[in-house]
Amino acid sequence: MRWLFLKDLQILRRSPFLVVLLVAYPVIIAVLIGLALSRGPDKPKVAFVNEVPPGDSSLQIGSQKIDASRYASELFKAVDPIRVATRAEAIAKVRSGEALGALVVPADITRKLQDAINLSGAQDPPTLEVIYNIEDPIKAQIVESTIKARLADANTALSRQLTRLAGRYLDILLRGGSFSLLGQRFDVLGLQRSKATLDVIARRLPPGSPDARAILSVSQFAGLAIDNLDLSDQVLASVNQPLRVRRTVLQGRRTPLDRFAVAVSVTISLMFVTVLLAAGMLALEREEHAFSRLVRGLVGRLALLGEKLVLSAVCAFAVTLVMLCGIGLFVNLDWGRFGFWVAALAAGAVAFGAMGVAMGALAREVRAASLLAILVALPIAFLALVPAGAVTSSLYDVIRFVSALFPFRAALDAIGGALNAGGPGLGAALAHLAVLTAAYLALARAALRRFA
Amino acid sequence: MTVETVSDAPALRAGGVTKRFGRREALRGVSFEAAAGEVVAVIGPNGAGKTTLLSILAGIRTPTEGTVSRPPREIGWVPQQPAVYGKLSVAENLRLFARLERVADPDAAVARMLAQTGLADRADDELGVLSGGNRQRVNIAVGLLADPPVLLLDEPSSSLDPRQRERLWEFIGALAAGGTSIVFSTHNVGEAERYADRVLVLADGEVLFTGTPRALEEVVGGDHRDFEAAFVRFLHERGH
Repeated sequence: MRWLFLKDLQILRRSPFLVVLLVAYPVIIAVLIGLALSRGPDKPKVAFVNEVPPGDSSLQIGSQKIDASRYASELFKAVDPIRVATRAEAIAKVRSGEALGALVVPADITRKLQDAINLSGAQDPPTLEVIYNIEDPIKAQIVESTIKARLADANTALSRQLTRLAGRYLDILLRGGSFSLLGQRFDVLGLQRSKATLDVIARRLPPGSPDARAILSVSQFAGLAIDNLDLSDQVLASVNQPLRVRRTVLQGRRTPLDRFAVAVSVTISLMFVTVLLAAGMLALEREEHAFSRLVRGLVGRLALLGEKLVLSAVCAFAVTLVMLCGIGLFVNLDWGRFGFWVAALAAGAVAFGAMGVAMGALAREVRAASLLAILVALPIAFLALVPAGAVTSSLYDVIRFVSALFPFRAALDAIGGALNAGGPGLGAALAHLAVLTAAYLALARAALRRFA
Repeated sequence: MTVETVSDAPALRAGGVTKRFGRREALRGVSFEAAAGEVVAVIGPNGAGKTTLLSILAGIRTPTEGTVSRPPREIGWVPQQPAVYGKLSVAENLRLFARLERVADPDAAVARMLAQTGLADRADDELGVLSGGNRQRVNIAVGLLADPPVLLLDEPSSSLDPRQRERLWEFIGALAAGGTSIVFSTHNVGEAERYADRVLVLADGEVLFTGTPRALEEVVGGDHRDFEAAFVRFLHERGH
């Protein structure tokens, strides 16, 4: 087997164009798919629940009355809303995949927002609830970024109102007037009039003689001024972000989208390099008519399959590990999990290698093997990337079953799990890959017996 | 497949070899022997079972029934199309197969075969740039690397021009003279008449005749100057 392995490396070394094509093509395809994955659709479907009672959606900001529902209409410019009556219905929509996420506006949002604007000192900020099914990081990212962007718009609009209110308070402090705080009405002298009063008193009083009323007035103003300055942090906090979001996860573990895109890119490269190499090099033995010579006692069929599997897996492993390390220079990856990267890439490469030799065993020549490898690998990759909500649940079950028969989904889960501690379970994915490796090797052996 | 213990009589013996592919019988109880230094031609119409018989003798296929007296390792095999790697040089091909054959001294075996096939000056050329005749010489050289007592050739001259064929048969004749048993299949019955000591006529998986070309002509009472006509008549008389 060692001599065959060295022979194959020598053949590859003498086929530089083939090797460049074999490496460059999957990497380019993988990068393109990775880039495509990092962008979502323009208007994601989002279930929307408004629990605010009818007629209770108005806010009083200073002398102005604002309908909070107008902020919701801003949100609907960015999403395709599915209006539902209850939170439970919204969750059902997300679970079924009909909606990518749900936005719940709680019944007390207007009151809490009013409290925040009134500077009532309430500890509980107004909070919206966004519900995701982050089993699929692409969907989670789409909903999250869309809601975040719209929420930023709403917060900007509200903070504009609050800034206007804060300006009015400052004007009162400067020029004097009246305002309500905590249910009490205050008449404020204002800094300008206080200064004038103090100037007059100062002129009338003999040096060292106190005027009790003027001092009391100045004292009250000073106290109020101090109290209001104490509130300035809360005012600024409210202006900064009047509305908050609470995120609710229905199922799945979180994988950041950039890491998911990296996992997809690397898995696609791994698949193409391994499958094409394994299928092509095995088919080459038959195309060169050397197969019959080899299997008549020189090399066992299983050893021949093993040699092609090891060759393709080693080459693809090296290429994708270098690729992953290169990506790691630009994308934030957890280098502390390098050992897991190696395990996932190795297991994926071996499983893809087994699938490749099965294809090589079915085809008689290199071109047919390569075509078969591409024709099978591409649809399998795309099937495995179909998100849950894109098709009906029964069709999605069929897709999941079909995907489980090929190494792409399991390799993607393994690499995703290796890149991210919160990603899919690495152990289960590796076990899945081991089972697929054994199954494809058995298929390859049977195919060699049948078709050789 | 059962492998008999080699006795001192025939170099190769096949006994009752039968091969079935599903319900189709490709070979039906084929038996024959080849002595040391003997050249045996397997001839017959298309689909007679010639390649199947040789592939069983070579150990590529296993017979459904029957025995072959030698294991594959003791038999040299030269398939119809050159079974060598186009991206490797002549010497690299020979060295690779010598190592796979576990020849004691691969470099010495390579040198011997390069000299024997007259390819020493092309040793570093890639197979892909050689002519069909030279590729076939390398193909035969690979079959002879382990210095086997028996050499099987499946239609060895089919892709060669007349001059290359001439050189091929000279080479094979020299091997036989050195004691190597040669068994080859061919569609060219003229070659069988000229170069074989004995012919084995196969049709529909059965052995119809085994003997010298002259004996076959006598069976049909044909013209000694036209072996091909005698062969066709022989097949016709037996319903093929």
